[in-house]
Amino acid sequence: MKPSTPLRRSVQIALLAGTIGLSSGAAFGQEINLYTTREPGLIKTLIDAFTQAKGVKVNTIFVKDGLAERVEAEGDKSPADVLMTVDIGNLIDLVDKKLTQPVKSATLESAIPANLRGAGGEWFSLSLRARVLYAAKDLDVSTFTYENLSDPKWKGKVCIRSGQHPYNTALFAAYMVHHGAPKTEEWLKGLKTNLARKAGGGDREVARDILGGICEIGIGNSYYVGLMRSGKGGPDQQKWGDAIKVVLPTFEGGGTHVNVSGAAIARNAPNKAAAISFVEYLVSDEAQKIYAQANYEYPVKAGVASDPIIAALGPLKVDSINLVEIAKKRKEASILAEKVGFDN
Amino acid sequence: MYFVKPKRHSFKNRPWLVASAAIAGFVASPVVVLAFLAARGSDGLWTHLAANVLPVALHDTLILLLGVGVLVSIIGTCTAWLVTTCEFPGRRVLSWALLLPLSVPTYIIAYAYLDILHPIGPVQTALRTALGIDSPRDFRLPDVRSMAGCILLLGFVLYPYVYLTTRAMFQTQAAGLIEAARVLGTRKAALFFRVGLPLAHPAIAVGVSLALMEALNDIGASEFLGVRTLSVSIYTTWVTRSDLPGAAQIALVMLLVVVLLVLAERWARRHRRYAASTKRSHPLKRVPLRGGAAAGAFVVCIVPILVGFVAPAAYLVVESVKRVRFSGVSPAIVQEVVNTVTVSLAATVAVIALGLVVAYAARLGRGEFLSTASVRLASLGYAIPGTVLAIGILPLITGVDAIIDDVFQTFLDVPSRLWILGSGTGLVIAYTARFLAISVGGIEAGFTRVPASLDDASRTLGKSAGSTLSRVHLPLIRPAVAAAALLVFVDIMKELPVTLLLRPLNFETLATHLYGEAARGTYEEAAIAALMIVAAGIIPVAILGRADRNT
Repeated sequence: MKPSTPLRRSVQIALLAGTIGLSSGAAFGQEINLYTTREPGLIKTLIDAFTQAKGVKVNTIFVKDGLAERVEAEGDKSPADVLMTVDIGNLIDLVDKKLTQPVKSATLESAIPANLRGAGGEWFSLSLRARVLYAAKDLDVSTFTYENLSDPKWKGKVCIRSGQHPYNTALFAAYMVHHGAPKTEEWLKGLKTNLARKAGGGDREVARDILGGICEIGIGNSYYVGLMRSGKGGPDQQKWGDAIKVVLPTFEGGGTHVNVSGAAIARNAPNKAAAISFVEYLVSDEAQKIYAQANYEYPVKAGVASDPIIAALGPLKVDSINLVEIAKKRKEASILAEKVGFDN
Repeated sequence: MYFVKPKRHSFKNRPWLVASAAIAGFVASPVVVLAFLAARGSDGLWTHLAANVLPVALHDTLILLLGVGVLVSIIGTCTAWLVTTCEFPGRRVLSWALLLPLSVPTYIIAYAYLDILHPIGPVQTALRTALGIDSPRDFRLPDVRSMAGCILLLGFVLYPYVYLTTRAMFQTQAAGLIEAARVLGTRKAALFFRVGLPLAHPAIAVGVSLALMEALNDIGASEFLGVRTLSVSIYTTWVTRSDLPGAAQIALVMLLVVVLLVLAERWARRHRRYAASTKRSHPLKRVPLRGGAAAGAFVVCIVPILVGFVAPAAYLVVESVKRVRFSGVSPAIVQEVVNTVTVSLAATVAVIALGLVVAYAARLGRGEFLSTASVRLASLGYAIPGTVLAIGILPLITGVDAIIDDVFQTFLDVPSRLWILGSGTGLVIAYTARFLAISVGGIEAGFTRVPASLDDASRTLGKSAGSTLSRVHLPLIRPAVAAAALLVFVDIMKELPVTLLLRPLNFETLATHLYGEAARGTYEEAAIAALMIVAAGIIPVAILGRADRNT
């Protein structure tokens, strides 16, 4: 039989060697771990700016679906500090699943309007995007309501992405809050009949399909207009962006539907203080400017200007409905969309 | 001459059977997790599904599978027959080039063709110019975003599964019988329909079932092309409505259907025996084709390559060149290539090693229940959509992680971390569960070509099961193992949903990079990553093609 001490020591050495190899850097300088459903390309500039300003390294993982499941499974050993999503429904979902923790921060409270964050500091909006109308250049539309989308005069002329995509589910949910379920169902049926092609693809396909003559109007997010028209997506996309005119639609008697990208502090955040400073940085004037200029989103903080391309779309009058109410209705909206066979 | 098999043998085989059962248990464990999730219940889901979702989802799924099944069978079998039994110009090159579409992931071919065939894409623009039409509003071809489009695109990238298995069958077992039929004066058509097809039946069945599982579990291409399959419903139920139990329920029902179909297919050919000859099969003599026949054979073989590989690859090259000129190459891509190749290689080694154990145990078991059941269970992972499998395996990995971390914390002064999930090992484990079916299937097929008398001879001479495997079988089945390894490698490299959910922090592969760009609508930036996936896929596919030619 071998003596146990050397064995134990060699196991320790082996384990330590592995540890050093795997987590080198952890001990030096501060780090935070960011789990995000937001595409890395859209937040990289912000992260780099934060690391520059505060000297904190940000490790990221982009998980499109299953972010909640992953954090839940990791449990109290989860390295996640900050959870970020691009849709209010997903954000509230994280709170509902008790994967976040409330945060008290005067900086966040003063920068973000009360209706764009959780009352107890469970979640925070960081940027806004409007769900807008893309229309063929030669069309005579200067005002438009979401209700108009089911108008029979647009039969066979509308393009839109899947009715199950969070951007659309949120829009349908907002419609429900305004008009109730039966009227929403009728509206969805009308909109479905108006579709020029199957609901699907992304928002930019709407602009491309308008240029391609497949449809005349469609619904897409406001920031895609900036990404396309600025030429950041290359010359092809610039053509698509220039082929459309953009109208900020409203609900009858209401405003334009907006959705948010937001963040929350993870329940078991190992680097809580640094995590809060990261979220606080994201609502600083500097970061909000990046949101506006690199991503063409509407800043959540008052006093920070939108990018000129977005400002040129006209003044944004945000719909008065509370985001939490929209988030609550999203499951019902998704079922309704299936009921009318929206994607079929 | 017969002798009674000593009992000692089966006892000596025990470790193999136990190991095989353990591996099967590992692959089946995520399904158990899903069953637990499903048991949590989901109020009223099925009433809603039955009324509003299933009619369309079942219809679309069925049509898609039928369409893809027919297409891959026809393309795969015909091309395999032509390159093995006929001689025509270009045959040698076509013979391996027919595998190239394997390197193109389904989601990439969908993106590529939407771009190529869009009203403002190159094809239709050229067409309009030729016809003198100004606006696409006046003239358009049918939209590729349709069921027909989806069937065609999936069919043209998935047929190599059938081609690969069927060609191997024609080259080896079937060769002698085909020669015999020729000598007896069987006509060409009858030779194909009455000799070739029946002999290739098991190979076609294996290839088609692999292709169909790919089609069934595909979400990227189907969703993009507007086809509402069951997998898309699972996805909607889970992601849009946060109803994981509901999604698990649909996934399990789907899995049950797949299992029943596979069993039915096996049951249907239960009485057939495909005996391997002890003689080393010599290569089939190819009949030279001339004139029209040669041209026809050439066209039949080159069209699938053009559609499934050349056109999308050329598109990616053009887009990548545009992109590099526009914004240069991101240096991160080098790291992504390294990551992709590293995890793919590691997982391939694991998948092949475990597949070898399961397939060999099945051979040792000779139809005994435990070993057969293990083979079936070990193949389950391939029959579940990748996302769902990842969700099922996630709590298992983190559960073990928690235990490991607790042990480390008590022994060592190290910071708490997730050792398996946080290091990418979780990814390798999940890939193994997902792709074991391919390696077990491929290696099992390899074993069937080795006559059982060789085992008996080796064991009679006192060799153990392990030594028989390494000294008798491995040299004989090496081509089959290599083919399975390359197929698995290419599949893992293309894999997206499992990778996306289970990779560690700061760890991007080519596929996740591509998806990140595609998800925000910047496909053009993803062109380079897409091209790298295809390029990295070509190398193993080319090796596969060449290696196979020599057998």
